[in-house]
Amino acid sequence: MKSLLFSALLALASPAAGAGEAPLPPDSVYQLQAQLVDQGGHRGAWGAQRGKPRLVAMFYTSCKYICPLIVDSGKAIERQLAPAQQARIGIVLVSMDPARDTPKALRAVADQRRLDTRRWTLLAPRADDVRNIAGVLGVRYRQLADGEFNHTSALVLLDADGRVLARTEKLGSQPDPDFVAAVRRAAGAPK
Amino acid sequence: MRRLAALLLCALPLAGLAAGGYVRLPGGAFRSALKYEDQKTVRVAPFELMDAPVTNAQFLAFVQANPRWRRGNAPTVFAEARYLQHWAGPRTLGPDALPRQPVVNVSWFAADAYCKAQGARLPDWNEWEYAAAADELRKDARKDPVWRERILAWYSRPSTSALPRVGLQAANAYGVRDIHGLVWEWTEDYSALLVDADNRKQGDADKARFCGAGALSMDDRENYAVLMRVAMLSSLQGADVTPNMGFRCARDAR
Repeated sequence: MKSLLFSALLALASPAAGAGEAPLPPDSVYQLQAQLVDQGGHRGAWGAQRGKPRLVAMFYTSCKYICPLIVDSGKAIERQLAPAQQARIGIVLVSMDPARDTPKALRAVADQRRLDTRRWTLLAPRADDVRNIAGVLGVRYRQLADGEFNHTSALVLLDADGRVLARTEKLGSQPDPDFVAAVRRAAGAPK
Repeated sequence: MRRLAALLLCALPLAGLAAGGYVRLPGGAFRSALKYEDQKTVRVAPFELMDAPVTNAQFLAFVQANPRWRRGNAPTVFAEARYLQHWAGPRTLGPDALPRQPVVNVSWFAADAYCKAQGARLPDWNEWEYAAAADELRKDARKDPVWRERILAWYSRPSTSALPRVGLQAANAYGVRDIHGLVWEWTEDYSALLVDADNRKQGDADKARFCGAGALSMDDRENYAVLMRVAMLSSLQGADVTPNMGFRCARDAR
């Protein structure tokens, strides 16, 4: 039991260097060491997202205007993929408002928007790490006095090792065709 | 008035200290040169700020202790190829990076990591602007055209000549040195300054890009020095470096 605990601690200490994994590329966003909590209340390292291509965006649950569009965009892109491709792409929404975006708040969005949590992951970082995560994703934001945010809205496509393959700031139900093409390439054959 | 006198009494003794430590700034309500749509004045909590920018010698000690941040080791996602390019080697300053000169060619991620390693943080924009509003005697000298001219003169000097060392300029009313006239400085929230490159597009056109509201605009259009700082910060990504961009750290007042 003790040795199990010890190896669990070791795994926590080096989130990016799992057994037998190649070192992370220097331009990987997973170089960032940060802890996040998901919609199920599970804590994990940012680097644990490594392993499959992912579509990543930042949002916050109380946002009424653009953020629902971010979810719409993710869904619209998913619809352009064959089922086999959908299974190979993860969609990750990272909160810029961890003070309010508890796992319960994240869960509520997942339920309300009927997000399949086998493919969709909603994450909240620690307050100290939000600016860093936004930095590696190239997202800019400012919190306003009333708790809302001004922010740029980008969808970022990462390869399995966390390198940026493509990004778009075109949101909505009519996805950017170049970006969709990049997602299709990352998702591999439709069968 | 009595409060002002008390503040001056607090600030003046600090002005005599040599560069290298932190000075305490009282904070309070502050009118930014930026126009925020959500607030007229900003509240700056009491904080401490390094009295001079971080030097090459200080940054060298940091990379000695943190190999991950040496040139060549630092992941490119955090620091582009020109990171510390003026140093002779990953652990050697050399003739183009004298120990007392401010460190430049550092990315926001590297500056952030340096300050965190000292148990500190980068100052946010409001803190920086508040500290930078003072001249040698006044906490807010921004309405004085002579002082404005003086700090603006630095921006028109060619940046090809070698950087002076830190601490040569007189301290401002808070005991802070070199906040003008030496290097540009990162702020913690560099990526919060959502300024559109083209002022004419402010308003509706920006709403698509900046969720929630339009981009920031200037409340005080005469304050070109602040305008340039904001324009610079808003144009950079966190991994970018420039030959004139340095930083100093801050911490919450104890």
